[in-house]
Amino acid sequence: MTKTPVETLRWRAWLLTDTPASRHHAKLSAFYKGWLSFRGNTMAMVGLWILICLILAALFAPLLSPHDPFAQNLGNRLQPLGSSNHVLGTDSLGRDILSRLIYGSRITLYIVGLVALIAPITGLLVGTVAGYVGGWTDQILMRITDIFLAFPRLVLALAFVAALGAGIENAVLAISLTAWPPYARIARAETLTIRSSDYISAIQLQGAGALRIITKHIWPLCISSLIVRVTLDMAGIILAAAGLGFLGLGAQPPSPEWGAMISEGRRFILDHWWVAAVPGMAIFTVSLAFNLLGDGLRDVLDPKDSEK
Amino acid sequence: MLKIENLNVWFGSGRDRVNAVQNANFAVKSGASFGLVGESGSGKSTILRAIMGLTKNWSGKVYVDGTQTSIKKHNSFYKTVQMVFQDPYASLHPRHSVDQVLGETLYLHGFQDIDARVVHLLDDVGLEAKFRFRYPHQLSGGQRQRVAIARALAPEPKVLLLDEPTSALDVSVQAEILNLLSDLRSRNSLTYIMVSHDLAVVSHMCESLAVMKDSEIVEIMDVSTLRNSKACHPYSQQLLLASI
Repeated sequence: MTKTPVETLRWRAWLLTDTPASRHHAKLSAFYKGWLSFRGNTMAMVGLWILICLILAALFAPLLSPHDPFAQNLGNRLQPLGSSNHVLGTDSLGRDILSRLIYGSRITLYIVGLVALIAPITGLLVGTVAGYVGGWTDQILMRITDIFLAFPRLVLALAFVAALGAGIENAVLAISLTAWPPYARIARAETLTIRSSDYISAIQLQGAGALRIITKHIWPLCISSLIVRVTLDMAGIILAAAGLGFLGLGAQPPSPEWGAMISEGRRFILDHWWVAAVPGMAIFTVSLAFNLLGDGLRDVLDPKDSEK
Repeated sequence: MLKIENLNVWFGSGRDRVNAVQNANFAVKSGASFGLVGESGSGKSTILRAIMGLTKNWSGKVYVDGTQTSIKKHNSFYKTVQMVFQDPYASLHPRHSVDQVLGETLYLHGFQDIDARVVHLLDDVGLEAKFRFRYPHQLSGGQRQRVAIARALAPEPKVLLLDEPTSALDVSVQAEILNLLSDLRSRNSLTYIMVSHDLAVVSHMCESLAVMKDSEIVEIMDVSTLRNSKACHPYSQQLLLASI
């Protein structure tokens, strides 16, 4: 213990004050209060811990994995769960499944991270501009959104990957291209309600331009609901990436992408179920973690609830 | 200071067209306080919104300080005329602290010494310095309205349009805000146009007033006329009777 209890208490009081002394202090205080209410949500904390474990696994993959994920050993293939030396067994080429899972978390995080950057930002831009400017701009942007929404997501992603060529980057691009329209819709709907409010009128009366109003006044109110939506969509994104991998259009062998691993295990699913089930469990766990986190974040970030 | 000629405001077009204000004329002298009274829906607030350019569909002439203003407003206009909204719960951005609200306003009007001015503005509207970094949800209704008034005062305007500034507040707080507004007017020699449906408030705050009914101004009179119950138009008399 480096801090005495009294010192900790003082810090807490400083953070929880309702009379902050500076801009910095006010921000920290608001953040800490959000964290406290998030921490009260047990399920959300479970989700957060799973994701922290995932990130740590991805960071320290070479240290954690017991074997080389690409080392084949045909004499040792399809070992069952719990066999000595291979806790989660081996796949059809005798590669250690646990090591492949750990290295696969890097790919999963890479996909999720990129899609989570591209899709909501595109959606936010399109939606807020359409909602704030209105008129023809709104019509054109929203009809484009409708076109993207009219196709089933995976089918559209398949078409894009087929056109762009198989591979992990193209899979990310394709998933992002199919994932942004719902964000644009949410952002537009929120913008429409925010646009007519008095505080937007008030800042217009100070001579603020459209760019300032959109980025500084509308975005902060849209972003919280988008973050929640993104975390809830993460599961879908992982599954879409896994689906593309499963169909052979995402990550290419021998890359240990989880969807591709299921695809490889499919051939032995009756006799050697764990080859497909273990990466399936990994996808399930991470998807669930993102959903739990999303639920918790909604409680903290949704302005309608935090007003209470 | 502010003169309005033949102001018409409408919403919608064709068969859906609603005339919200018809042929409104009035003039307010510099340093005076002018009231607009009438029942809800009579077009009082719409006149203010048209003057500020928040409602685009209007015709007629608006003169500020002798110069005619166009529908498209310039920063110089916003530096002269500012508005306080009716509902302080809706007129402050829920994610911006008091400091951000005032600081951004000052920045937009090109002031340099923003920190000092924010402190000064808060002091002007009777808020302690500890409120500076609070968010709207940490403030009471009266405190919020003080912040909204501070924001309107930030560009150092000459004319303040007040859209029922106290109707969303409870009675004791109303009096505080009205006193604050009176003080500010005498201190900064401001010109007020105040919309209200409360004759008592208007007779307390204003020297002359216009009575509106069904989107038209039916009578313009001095507060002394009002106090002596000498209103001419039958609707004004009715309004007067109802408030006694």
